[in-house]
Amino acid sequence: MEKYKVVVIGGGPAGLAAALESFKSLDDKKVLIIERDKFLGGILNQCIHPGFGLHYFKEELTGPEYAHRFVEQVVENRIEYLTETHVIDITPEKEIVAVNKKGLKRIKADSIVLAMGCRERTRGAIITPGTRPAGIFTAGQAQRFINIEGYRIGKKAVIVGSGDIGLIMARRLTLEGIEVKAVVEIMPYSTGLRRNIVQCLDDFGIPLLLSHKLVKIHGKYRVEGVTIAKVDSQLQEIPSTERFIECDTVLFSVGLIPENELSKKAGVVLDMRTGGPVVDNTFSTSQKGIFACGNVLHVHDLVDNVTLEAQTAGRYAAIYSQHPELFENNIHINIMAKEGIRYVVPQKLNKNFVQPFVLRFRVDNFYKDAIVTISNAGKILIEIKKSILTPGEMESIEISQKILSQLDFSNDIVIRLQNI
Amino acid sequence: MQKSKVTCILCPRGCTIKKKAQGDTFEFAGFGCKRGLEWAKEEFINPKRILTTTVHVKNGEIDFVPVRTNLPIPKEKIFEAISILKGIEVLAPVEIGSVIVKNILDTGADVIATRRVGKKDSSYD
Ligand SMILES: Cc1cc2nc3c(=O)[nH]c(=O)nc-3n(C[C@H](O)[C@H](O)[C@H](O)COP(=O)(O)OP(=O)(O)OC[C@H]3O[C@@H](n4cnc5c(N)ncnc54)[C@H](O)[C@@H]3O)c2cc1C
Ligand code: SF4
Repeated sequence: MEKYKVVVIGGGPAGLAAALESFKSLDDKKVLIIERDKFLGGILNQCIHPGFGLHYFKEELTGPEYAHRFVEQVVENRIEYLTETHVIDITPEKEIVAVNKKGLKRIKADSIVLAMGCRERTRGAIITPGTRPAGIFTAGQAQRFINIEGYRIGKKAVIVGSGDIGLIMARRLTLEGIEVKAVVEIMPYSTGLRRNIVQCLDDFGIPLLLSHKLVKIHGKYRVEGVTIAKVDSQLQEIPSTERFIECDTVLFSVGLIPENELSKKAGVVLDMRTGGPVVDNTFSTSQKGIFACGNVLHVHDLVDNVTLEAQTAGRYAAIYSQHPELFENNIHINIMAKEGIRYVVPQKLNKNFVQPFVLRFRVDNFYKDAIVTISNAGKILIEIKKSILTPGEMESIEISQKILSQLDFSNDIVIRLQNI
Repeated sequence: MQKSKVTCILCPRGCTIKKKAQGDTFEFAGFGCKRGLEWAKEEFINPKRILTTTVHVKNGEIDFVPVRTNLPIPKEKIFEAISILKGIEVLAPVEIGSVIVKNILDTGADVIATRRVGKKDSSYD
């Protein structure tokens, strides 16, 4: 069985950054990346629009360009990677089973970095009644078909969900000559960035129907149209507001979920709210020597944050392979999300690594002029005023050395919104 | 069509900025800061966008290469630019950053490849 110090599963931006960082930290350089697709780069290969790298590179890149910068480094450093290779099992002993054209492969790792990204919720996830004709896609699937395979997927489309992926696909379809009849959003607001609402919808006069719901899909062989209706503040359909829209294509962009089949097999404890593993500030999961980063951990809006997080995960995965004892049990205090905070990552702090780190979190609703506080042992350590907080935007707070020096390690760290 | 109001995209406040004719000049209202005002003036007079799309590749490991303009181009030229790019086929290999169309529609912007596409049946390196 082949042996590696660090094996990274997934060759997207998270996996690439983690592998590069592990590689830098290790003397014997035994690092391997395993990717099921034909190319490294992950979801970025299909995100051909600009908007990547503004924070990390201070310039605006497209997805493939952003990915390229990391793939190039992987190639230059001769980091080993396997493409078209699918990991099908991981054991708590850190044995990896992968398949490719050559057959089954078993690999032993000192530490593993999970970087498998996320998957899209489908029409089933929002329980959409109607028939099952051709012409129904998730937005990401349609993105791949158009941007990589070059298919023409339809003529007239309705998009369900107004997060960034839905908005970006509205523009992409329009440029491809497909008429986007409407973007239908059940909430009274879009969770997409304003920039995308302006440049993807307003630019082309595409209607955004807020507080509207998809009621039914029509069509026997191919989609023939959809029925939509208005909803009230309880998200319940308002009778007699139904409207039929003729179309041959429906795109669902209704959220992402971390891809956690493998994490479960490895016995990693998951967080119900993020859908990804519970991790500490080293990005270690509950299984010693298994780390997680990127969208498999929690769904990010900006790839720049994925890169930063993955670098930390990669560095600690390398440290684990040399000093596993620093990651043993009962070395943690909890980081708890309370009032107004939907989730926080990391969820724990490892007392052996009391070094500055970043807390990333999402709020559970829209808030104006709220105060985010971080407290410990009844004492408020950080207080930050925010004029606007929205569930769609990931927030972050840096925990500095100064703050860490004030911590009482027999108590939890608590993050909450005050004055709400 | 000339718009009379735009939504500023520079920060999360998202101010709605209005333009009113005041004799020969214009008056602007609704902006929350100077940076937004400058942005809005440009957006009223000559809105520009980076265009991204894909172009056919012949004999490549994939059949389409993603491309973008290296500078923003006037918004009203977007569809014309797209139709030019739809009619083009480039030959693999294509390097990232290589120019696919120079000075498209006299906008001063070049269309460049945003991904490397190797020849069919060759690996990355
Ligand atoms: C449509 C869209 C638009 C976006 N727009 C922006 C934007 O404008 N700006 C921005 O900053 N960010 C944007 N993002 C977000 C950004 O792309 C993601 O945050 C980032 O790509 C996540 O990286 P990742 O490495 O965690 O996951 P991914 O890129 O998804 O990579 C995961 C990789 O793991 C592989 N994998 C999964 N399971 C296995 C397995 N069992 N074996 C082997 N390999 C496996 C997958 O094939 C994939 O390559 C956008 C995302 C989407 C989908
Ligand atoms: S005008 Fe200024 S304050 Fe208002 S959205 Fe634009 S940048 Fe923000």
